[in-house]
Amino acid sequence: MMDWQPLVLTFKLALVTTLLLLVISVPLSYWLAHTKSRVKPFIETLVSMPLVLPPTVLGFYMLVAFSPANAFGSWLNEYLGIQLIFSFKGLVLASVIYSLPFMVHPIQAGFSNLPSSITEASYVLGKSKITTLFKVLLPNIKPSLLTGVVLAFAHTIGEFGVVLMIGGNMPGKTKVASIAIYDEVEALNYDVANWYSLILFAITFSILLLVYLVNGGYLKRFWK
Amino acid sequence: MIHIALQKELTAANGAMQLDVNINIEPGQLVTLYGESGAGKTSILRMIAGLLQTDAGLITVNQKTWLDTKKGICLKPQQRKIGFVFQDYALFPNMTVKENLLFALEKGQNKEIVNELIDIIELGDLQDRKPINLSGGQKQRVALARALVRTPEILMLDEPLSALDIKMRTKLQDYILKVHKQFNLTTILISHEIGEVIKMSDTVFSIENGKIIKQGKPIEVFTTKQVSGKFQFSGEIIQIEKEDIIYIVTILIGSNFVKIVAEEDDIKAIAVGDNVIVASKAFNPLLQKIN
Repeated sequence: MMDWQPLVLTFKLALVTTLLLLVISVPLSYWLAHTKSRVKPFIETLVSMPLVLPPTVLGFYMLVAFSPANAFGSWLNEYLGIQLIFSFKGLVLASVIYSLPFMVHPIQAGFSNLPSSITEASYVLGKSKITTLFKVLLPNIKPSLLTGVVLAFAHTIGEFGVVLMIGGNMPGKTKVASIAIYDEVEALNYDVANWYSLILFAITFSILLLVYLVNGGYLKRFWK
Repeated sequence: MIHIALQKELTAANGAMQLDVNINIEPGQLVTLYGESGAGKTSILRMIAGLLQTDAGLITVNQKTWLDTKKGICLKPQQRKIGFVFQDYALFPNMTVKENLLFALEKGQNKEIVNELIDIIELGDLQDRKPINLSGGQKQRVALARALVRTPEILMLDEPLSALDIKMRTKLQDYILKVHKQFNLTTILISHEIGEVIKMSDTVFSIENGKIIKQGKPIEVFTTKQVSGKFQFSGEIIQIEKEDIIYIVTILIGSNFVKIVAEEDDIKAIAVGDNVIVASKAFNPLLQKIN
């Protein structure tokens, strides 16, 4: 019997992660696109690390860092009452770090590709940096924002290693679809595994297709 | 009165260049910065606008200090009341023409100025279009209108007409002159077209390697010999033809062709592509006291 809970959990995780990432990535990308600071290459490297690092490495270090047996983990637990290991919160944090480059890169590229004169034009018209960001810059990089949101969302759905390391396999709490598939295959329930896989395949395909249709302007042509 | 003194070390195409200029502008004047590209004209405008830091400088505009490096005063671009027309127009692609103008309004400013500018600069038919659907000349007009919404104390135009064809250029020069007079603006224009400088400006500052090498009335700056002509125009030589013993020189003045007869001696000093002044002294009125 197929259980819907892992799928629901997967999309809840992806949604929360994507929203948090959007809030973090807009200022971070803006800073990366405009800064001349010497620490920029280091920050860029850190942001990009999840692209090349095996997810298990990331998961392992987070597991060690947040373990209540260690100083940082016990401090979090005692003073803030947060337990990040084997909990949904921990999954969200791990996913945010793991999908960060997928959100930051397109938005940073979007900011960099805007001519600096439109920012300056807004400044000489007396508009603050914040007004310029929300009224001028962000509306002009909508395709980059959409790409970032969708890639981060889809990538979170596809997570496995990090989630397994830090979240374990707790039904209803940390057992996401990708882990459920692994579980069912282990138990030789190929039928159920196939259903999970098929649903994930179909949904991620549709999401990505939608982005390419929107950003390629195909839908606009269709409406007109 | 506007006083501008700026110093900055710039990295130009051929090594470091020390920019050091001193400019005084009477209110209501239209001045041009003239010079080769790379001479530092755009940097001067950007420093006045506050978009580029200076090493040392002083800018006072109608008794207000915008920049005084000695006292540590440096107003942000937002606090300097300027209109800036960028070389690439810099219209906001996400807004229509009218929205571009409305965006420029200050808090609590009357919206009437937007409609007034749309009328003056004849943007009525374009106001609901996005910048991507405009021609170069149309974009330039929108950029000009947008720069005027705040009623700036200085209007600055960075080679606004260089990308336009001659017909469009003449038309836009007229728009700029029209708003300059109508709004009683103080305007700084960058141009490397002698004809344009002479047509448009009260004063020209000729800039070379970051220094002002000449300044004054355009006609005086650009002519080495003093011509006491009453009718004079500048133009570009398009063609020199020999006919019997004389030469016919065709000159483009604005968008008109003029043919001038010249002798062999005159021809020696000029060639096709040169900028020349066509002056006539034939209509000198004489004054005589009547007994």
